[in-house]
Amino acid sequence: MTDLAVSIPGLQLKNPVMPASGCFGFGQEFSEFFDLSKLGALVLKAATLKPRYGNETPRVAETHSGMLNAIGLQNPGVKQIIQDELPFLDSYQVPIIANVAGSTVEEYVEVAKTISQSSNIQALELNISCPNVKEGGIQFGTDPKRSANVTEQVKKVTNKPVYVKLSPNVTNIVAMAKAQASAGADGLSMINTLTAMKMDLNTQKPVLANVTGGLSGPAIKPIAIRMIYQVRQEVDLPIIGMGGITSSEDVLEFLLAGANAVAIGTANFQNPYICSNIIDELPSTLEKYGYSSVQNCSAKGVTE
Amino acid sequence: MIKEEWMTIVQNKPLALDTYEMILSGELADFIPDSGQFLHIRIGEGMTHLLRRPISITNVNPEGKRITIIYKMIGEGTKWLKEQQPGHKLHVLGPRGNGFPVEDVKYEKILLVGGGVGVPPLYYLARKLINQHNQVITVLGFQTKKAVFYEKKFAQLGNMLLVTEDGTAGFKGRVTDFLPSFRDEIDRYYTCGPAGMLKAVTKCMDTIPGFLSLEERMGCGIGACFACVCKTSDPHDHKGYRKICKDGPVFSAREVIL
Repeated sequence: MTDLAVSIPGLQLKNPVMPASGCFGFGQEFSEFFDLSKLGALVLKAATLKPRYGNETPRVAETHSGMLNAIGLQNPGVKQIIQDELPFLDSYQVPIIANVAGSTVEEYVEVAKTISQSSNIQALELNISCPNVKEGGIQFGTDPKRSANVTEQVKKVTNKPVYVKLSPNVTNIVAMAKAQASAGADGLSMINTLTAMKMDLNTQKPVLANVTGGLSGPAIKPIAIRMIYQVRQEVDLPIIGMGGITSSEDVLEFLLAGANAVAIGTANFQNPYICSNIIDELPSTLEKYGYSSVQNCSAKGVTE
Repeated sequence: MIKEEWMTIVQNKPLALDTYEMILSGELADFIPDSGQFLHIRIGEGMTHLLRRPISITNVNPEGKRITIIYKMIGEGTKWLKEQQPGHKLHVLGPRGNGFPVEDVKYEKILLVGGGVGVPPLYYLARKLINQHNQVITVLGFQTKKAVFYEKKFAQLGNMLLVTEDGTAGFKGRVTDFLPSFRDEIDRYYTCGPAGMLKAVTKCMDTIPGFLSLEERMGCGIGACFACVCKTSDPHDHKGYRKICKDGPVFSAREVIL
């Protein structure tokens, strides 16, 4: 019997698979397709202090083996999320991770404080890497000092473990990860999307109304693997790995690179059953490559 | 109720300029409650194409377990779709979205206004309305003669007015040039087409109850990713938006800001 369980700060996961923030809404839509209790954890769409409408449309565009998005952190605001979205998830046996976003350090702190009061949130994911908002987001995520400051301030107001979602839009990912380790982050999520762009030949203008967007999907998987591997060599924090995962083999690849758990993003759009399918297939894939547990597999990533 | 199916392509043929008509066979045909709903179709093999394409339902034939869709070849996804041969299976999520509300609509005089690739969902709608003893007038707008399709099918269901921008078929002009003459005689209207046309149609018909179907690039197609949103005109709505894939694609003309 393959043991899929994973234990990382604040989270006892029955398996390492969770949907990535922003690709799964607040869970309700996907409950139509499979039992959400099956997931290792569920990561909510980003919350900001006030409601955000987000960017103009078009907000998405397909690219080869990938897609661009520029949603712009649309969400009803942290209070409405707690009031309107979280109660639905009460009936599921699944740890919930809240994704915290903001335009200023103060906003991150306020959102983290507010959502930490909700007893069914087990951990926070700090979104310092959204490429699609004018203020905040990636501005924090590409500067080690500023990003560390967000984490330090948020840690002061929450008793939940804080996972920091790193941006790949940096030259030195290890420096970013080290800054987070020093700032007291409990774990890392990596990677967010890469800033990218597509032109429309008919209109001769950018496809996305926001001009640029974040590239996700299998196209970015090798970058995610490389960055996780590099960080794993130098930083001891647990890593939730993401970036183009579409199969149980991909999960194994992330674990071997040094991730402790994984998140599935874009693939949910092609196949709303993908998280469930990957969880079903993971035991036989691990077995095929000689692993009896997920923990063993991540441990290999650490020691190599 | 089924939500997904590998449907078999029965037919996939050119219908007009860059426009194709596909007939799909499967159990899903028994589960299409409303006109104006869409199928969310997986494109390509493997992981090259990650986004499904939302295609509105043109017609349903439950007896033959068949669904007709019409799509325009615009990019790589629809190019792949046009190359699929009969016998090939497509993975379909559906029916998605909320369609045209027609349940209590009976013995009315109704105007349908369609533009280009917005015409297809109006066909299934027109058939439903006629079954419910309504009188249907259709105004169809296309850019040019080569782009025209389904004009004869609509003509069989009631009065049909064909308009092309260059005047190569039917009347020359835009659909909105011809709407004022109908304004005083109809009870309600339904419309689907490019955003500019919808804006002009709703403005012209602002005193009459109407519904419109919106089109947008979609991500998940089920309401989770917030890719396809539009602003709502309801000032008391704290959210301020509607999800086109889940709340729509059909909205009351007064519900959304175009």
